[in-house]
Amino acid sequence: MTAPLLECEGVSKAFGAVQALYRVDFEVRAGEVMALVGDNGAGKSTLVKGVVGIYPFDEGRVRFEGAPVNIHGPRDAARLGIEVVYQDLALADNLDVTANMFLGRERTRGIVLDESSMEHTAQETLEGLSVTTLGSVRQTVAGLSGGQRQAVAVAKSVMWNSKLLILDEPTAALGVAQTRQVLDLVRRLADRNLGVVVISHNLHDVFEVADRITVLRLGQRVAVLDRAETTQQEVVHAITAGTVGHVPGMADAGVTEP
Amino acid sequence: MTLDPRTESKVGSEPGAEPVVTAEEPLPAATQPALEAPAETLGGYVRRWWLGVRAGELGSLPIIVGLVVIGIVFGTLDDTFFTERNFTNLLLQMAAIATIAIGVVFVLLIGEIDLSVAFVSAVGGVSMTLLLRPDASDWPWWLAIAVALAVTTAIGLLQALVITKAGVPSFVVTLAGLLIWSGVVLVLTTEYSTAGTVRIQDDTVIGIANNFLSDAAGWIVGAVVVAGYGLSQLQTARSRRARGLDAKPAAVIALQVAGLAVVTVVAVWYANRDRGVPQVTLLVLALFVFWSFVASRTRFGRHVYAVGGSAEAARRAGINVDRVRIMVFMIAGLMAGLGGIILASRLRSVATNTGGGNLLLNVIAAAVIGGTSLFGGRGRVVSALLGALVITAVDNGMGLLNLATGTKFVITGLVLLAAVLVDALSKRRRAARGVV
Repeated sequence: MTAPLLECEGVSKAFGAVQALYRVDFEVRAGEVMALVGDNGAGKSTLVKGVVGIYPFDEGRVRFEGAPVNIHGPRDAARLGIEVVYQDLALADNLDVTANMFLGRERTRGIVLDESSMEHTAQETLEGLSVTTLGSVRQTVAGLSGGQRQAVAVAKSVMWNSKLLILDEPTAALGVAQTRQVLDLVRRLADRNLGVVVISHNLHDVFEVADRITVLRLGQRVAVLDRAETTQQEVVHAITAGTVGHVPGMADAGVTEP
Repeated sequence: MTLDPRTESKVGSEPGAEPVVTAEEPLPAATQPALEAPAETLGGYVRRWWLGVRAGELGSLPIIVGLVVIGIVFGTLDDTFFTERNFTNLLLQMAAIATIAIGVVFVLLIGEIDLSVAFVSAVGGVSMTLLLRPDASDWPWWLAIAVALAVTTAIGLLQALVITKAGVPSFVVTLAGLLIWSGVVLVLTTEYSTAGTVRIQDDTVIGIANNFLSDAAGWIVGAVVVAGYGLSQLQTARSRRARGLDAKPAAVIALQVAGLAVVTVVAVWYANRDRGVPQVTLLVLALFVFWSFVASRTRFGRHVYAVGGSAEAARRAGINVDRVRIMVFMIAGLMAGLGGIILASRLRSVATNTGGGNLLLNVIAAAVIGGTSLFGGRGRVVSALLGALVITAVDNGMGLLNLATGTKFVITGLVLLAAVLVDALSKRRRAARGVV
């Protein structure tokens, strides 16, 4: 077993009286797709936001590529090679594909934007990910389908030499064919030895693409399952009724197996 | 080189034909990214453009149609509309509106509005005029202008700080500004003159909007513009081909340069038959080239479009959205000040009613009519010029016909409404095409 790319050890986060995460361990290896599942409020987003430093953890350790790291914001995370692709995609509709992929990190020659260089790289990146349905990288994002947008958002993150990609509900708003495209893309990312975290409610998709599945429940990790050795039923059971340890501020009784 | 309607219309009739805008140019959709220079043809380029138009990417097409209609209507109704004299008058009249409208385009691009520009421009004109008074401060012209521009830029900064830091909508802040700065103008002009009018006596300042280029200088400027446009197009195409990207075909570039050349020659020749090409036209052209460059070729310009398209996406991409907004309102202040100076120069004075009347409506209408969307993120600097031309032509034509003020208002309002309708309808068209 290789050393994990990202390793969270006993991380906790409280918002006032609400314990959103309690001593959670979480790891992702390079080249694997780790699904992060759990019901609403299980702490999936909090975990991700902690990793990229939006809401730093109250306690616990985070190691990246074996070294302890202190991430204080998305900029720190990006510098390490951790990128998040959010559900609502964060693309500017009025800009073209190239402009979106380079947004905030435009290449310039002197003070002039180096359009042809950016366009070239954008095209290469998309080709490298076998995203071929896109047509021109100069068309505006407004004209793209949901799947194509997702592909652009992913390619944007990949282009910056990221090592760990976190996808928040990547297939939530997509049709069947588009979901297929995105899942294939996720697989290819892992094949390129990136670590990929997929947050999803859709167990069907999770089983299609993930190597391992981490289940959160009520802010705690209740299971880490190998996709090949588990069933959807087992995962559903963990999500809805996984064994939770002590939850501060909550009576122990009734929280465990119902 | 002039601001001749036909120059712009000819050039603007194809998307991306304007010298400094390449970013929004629809490029051929290569299903397989081409690695060798593709054989892109003239016919293919035209077909692509037409497909874009049908999908709601109208570019400058509506305004060209509008200008033709205006030309036909006023040309038939009034004999003097197409005279050399009226042509140079048109160039003089549109200068201030175009200048202020450039700033408004930037504000609209980030999805905001600035209702104070007309009176901010008046503050600029009044400040300069008061500083120039020979019997009082008697400042040198350049210092008076610099201070006036600093004042209007600072006004932009002030309003932007309230908008960004306090989170008050720009509509409200600049509406308050409209009242405040009109009051300031009133106070200053009545304070320093009994008649409410302060005359400008500095020849340099008066010359800004009242002097004309010599015939030879007019031709040289025209030649520089055509050559500069051609070279920048060739340069772009060459750099794209060097990268193995598809570029605009040589035939298209040749046609566009030829078209621009024809129109420029006609315009310079026509202006030279009267008093010549106005100096202020040269200034407006320089401003247009500079701000087009900023909008389409610099990182800042890209961020302006991004903020207008999706402020959230821009923020997540690490762009300092507030900084972009503040800069844009400062640009609006600066350009308003410049427009106010041009206006004061043309009228050789400022008065209590400076910045009032139709000015605000005209500059915002100019930006919108030119094709800048009120919804943010779409538009080009050239729309300020094209729109200013339309608004000024309508105004000028109605003036020649001696229409009643009320009739003028109704017609100007209808022109603006038509422009906004085109914007909204083409937006719907684009949305229908987009799968989103």
